[in-house]
Amino acid sequence: MTLVEFAFAKDTDNFALAYISDAHIQNIKGSEFVRNWDRGLIRAVAETNLLNPPPDFVMFGGDLAQLGTKAELDHGAEILAALHAKVYYVAGESDYYLDLGDYWSRLFGPQWYSFDHKGVHFVVLNSVLTYEDWTFKRWPTAEQRMREMALLDNPNGSPFMVGEKQRAWLADDLKKVRRNTPVVVFSHSPLQKIYRLWNFWTEDADEVQALLKPFDKVTVIYGHVHQIQYNQIGHISFHSVMSTAWPFPYPQSYAQAESYLPKLTVPMNRADPFFERDGTGWQFVNLATGNADIYYNLYNNAPRNVAFNPATGQPEDTTYQASDTRTAPQQHY
Amino acid sequence: MTKRSRWIRIAPWALCAALVWQSAAADEFTQEDLQRWKAQYVSVVQAGRALWTDRKLGTNGVTCAQCHPNAANTHPETYPKFQKQLGRVVLLWEMINWCLRNPLEGKALAADDPNMIALQAYVTDERRGVPLDPGKH
Repeated sequence: MTLVEFAFAKDTDNFALAYISDAHIQNIKGSEFVRNWDRGLIRAVAETNLLNPPPDFVMFGGDLAQLGTKAELDHGAEILAALHAKVYYVAGESDYYLDLGDYWSRLFGPQWYSFDHKGVHFVVLNSVLTYEDWTFKRWPTAEQRMREMALLDNPNGSPFMVGEKQRAWLADDLKKVRRNTPVVVFSHSPLQKIYRLWNFWTEDADEVQALLKPFDKVTVIYGHVHQIQYNQIGHISFHSVMSTAWPFPYPQSYAQAESYLPKLTVPMNRADPFFERDGTGWQFVNLATGNADIYYNLYNNAPRNVAFNPATGQPEDTTYQASDTRTAPQQHY
Repeated sequence: MTKRSRWIRIAPWALCAALVWQSAAADEFTQEDLQRWKAQYVSVVQAGRALWTDRKLGTNGVTCAQCHPNAANTHPETYPKFQKQLGRVVLLWEMINWCLRNPLEGKALAADDPNMIALQAYVTDERRGVPLDPGKH
């Protein structure tokens, strides 16, 4: 969960938003759900309601469900309904591939849209689309299609993409935005390429970045990866949010594969499996300067600060530093 | 030279060559054996991969692969080691049983259960090539 604070010249224009992501509410049978994932989301909702200043609105970053069923989406929506603030939603692959977003859209509305709030232009994308053949022709049932896409390390999966139609919509949407307006984009998958086989990846990330390139200050905030990542490409800062359910390993911990984890990213410590909330902490994001400074509250580890360094023009960990002068984080197994 | 004396002169050489040939052949595995053993190994690794993604392995539908894609962050090369959360030195299968009981809300498996052997075969196969480092934290 993340608190994003925006500060402006006039104090009355300042505002904050909270970010909750990747709850993976999982139905066992009937009205039984996996307790651990439920507790993570319930805790995030409770803590969000206690935030001071109270957020103007809450973003939910996708993967509310594990297998996209009505039972899971309804149960997740019921937990989120306890939030005091208005909620905006991003669709994740685990919400989408059972009925291609039909029930999700009935609950939460359109899958891509934009809005303006106190001088910031916000864009929400559905970045988990994929090739039509895979979506419509490959699988005998919708349930199997959903299971195949929900399995992160599945060689039968397919890479995520925003797609031509949505990119055309984005280009059109951005026409009316001034170049010096801060733009914040929310997507489920990283709009950058890190590791394809786990879909820490968006196939048309380069094309989406090209559309965002003209703007002075762009921040992309994404879920899906269940871990701390950050990067800078031109004027675009990238930040991931953690999951309320469980942390993922970093791709380079898989010995048989090569990944492109951003050079800037200092990995977080490996979570202690015996403490079920470890590695699922929450973040405060301060956008007072128009760039994101992020404070990570990690339940079982020292807090971390990743702040935009104006001298180098990139986000850097204030304790663990940039890659060439880095103090390594703990590397325990 | 008689036919018999020629045979005597050749015999030691022939005997030596035969011995060399025999000793080299005695310890060689046949391609057939190697292929059979490899197939046995691969089938157990594949059974382990199937269990890794099996929603029925525990009782709540949670799979090993949800937290450990490609068995990452399992570090089979570091066992046996002192597992601080269990308070003693354990092998990998005991840690797997912790996961079966807790996140998967299922039952522990015996050390020699074919499913436990398959799970460990899969985890170790995904970590192939990494040097052994027992006791590492």
